[in-house]
Amino acid sequence: MALDQSFVGRSYPPTAPYEVGREKIREFAEAIGDTHPAYTDPEAAGELGHPDVIAPPTFVFAITFKAAGQVVADPKLGLDYSRVVHGDQRFAYTRPVRAGDRLTVTSTIEAVKSLAGNDVLDIRGEVHDEAGEHVVTAWTKLVARAAEDTAGDAAGKQGE
Amino acid sequence: MTARIAYADVEVGAEVPARSFPVTRDTLVRYAGASGDFNPIHWNERFAREVGLPDVIAHGMFTMAEAARVVTDWTGDPGALVEYGVRFTRPVVVPDDDKGAVIEVSGKVAAKLDDEARTVRVDLTVTSAGQKVLGMSRAVVRLA
Repeated sequence: MALDQSFVGRSYPPTAPYEVGREKIREFAEAIGDTHPAYTDPEAAGELGHPDVIAPPTFVFAITFKAAGQVVADPKLGLDYSRVVHGDQRFAYTRPVRAGDRLTVTSTIEAVKSLAGNDVLDIRGEVHDEAGEHVVTAWTKLVARAAEDTAGDAAGKQGE
Repeated sequence: MTARIAYADVEVGAEVPARSFPVTRDTLVRYAGASGDFNPIHWNERFAREVGLPDVIAHGMFTMAEAARVVTDWTGDPGALVEYGVRFTRPVVVPDDDKGAVIEVSGKVAAKLDDEARTVRVDLTVTSAGQKVLGMSRAVVRLA
């Protein structure tokens, strides 16, 4: 099903603040097996010039993807979420996410395309801290595979 | 931001230390919990096969997180990362055994971008079972 082109450029209201906790960062760093001390030890983070422990670079995806959910689930857009795979992901950082941050995400639909029967959706999530300063921008490309794809083809394209 | 690698010391073509990261079903369950991504294709073999996958696959964002470590370990400060992007080209298939899968990551300095900002671009090669799993995997870092 072709997506509604008029959604290009549409922004959604900022999310309620997500409060970044030291223990959540620790849990995430352990889950990816990364023992860098800046993720768990405030002193080690301080030696690198960070006011508190910082989060691994991809930590923020959990926050931006949840925010993107309001786009993905918008019934007027017409995206078949059961066929969605993650195509691309990119981040641009002003500074690393750190413990104590209260982050809001503003999601914007950057592009809506149809390629070879697949629906392609580009969402930009701008992440700001409590002071309104920019922290990171996340670009997420979602691909809803064409319904006539065979299972084998689908597996080859499955990225997430 | 306090990278321990100096911009002046880095040449285009220089390799960053390569690493391999093992991933088992246990790893995926932990990552699901920590990231909040409970899509059953990452832990339920029956479901994964039903949607046409060969087996349970790793979260794409898990692979992206591991690949970043080659860059953050090299610079010494994860906060030196300015940009990071990947394309998810193939799934990392994780069988239900003691070995699981291995994600192999290597990288090299592809360009010195800005002498004033001291930024370089590192291009990563990310494979599993001999096949590329991430494409266009690039990081921009600010060096000392």
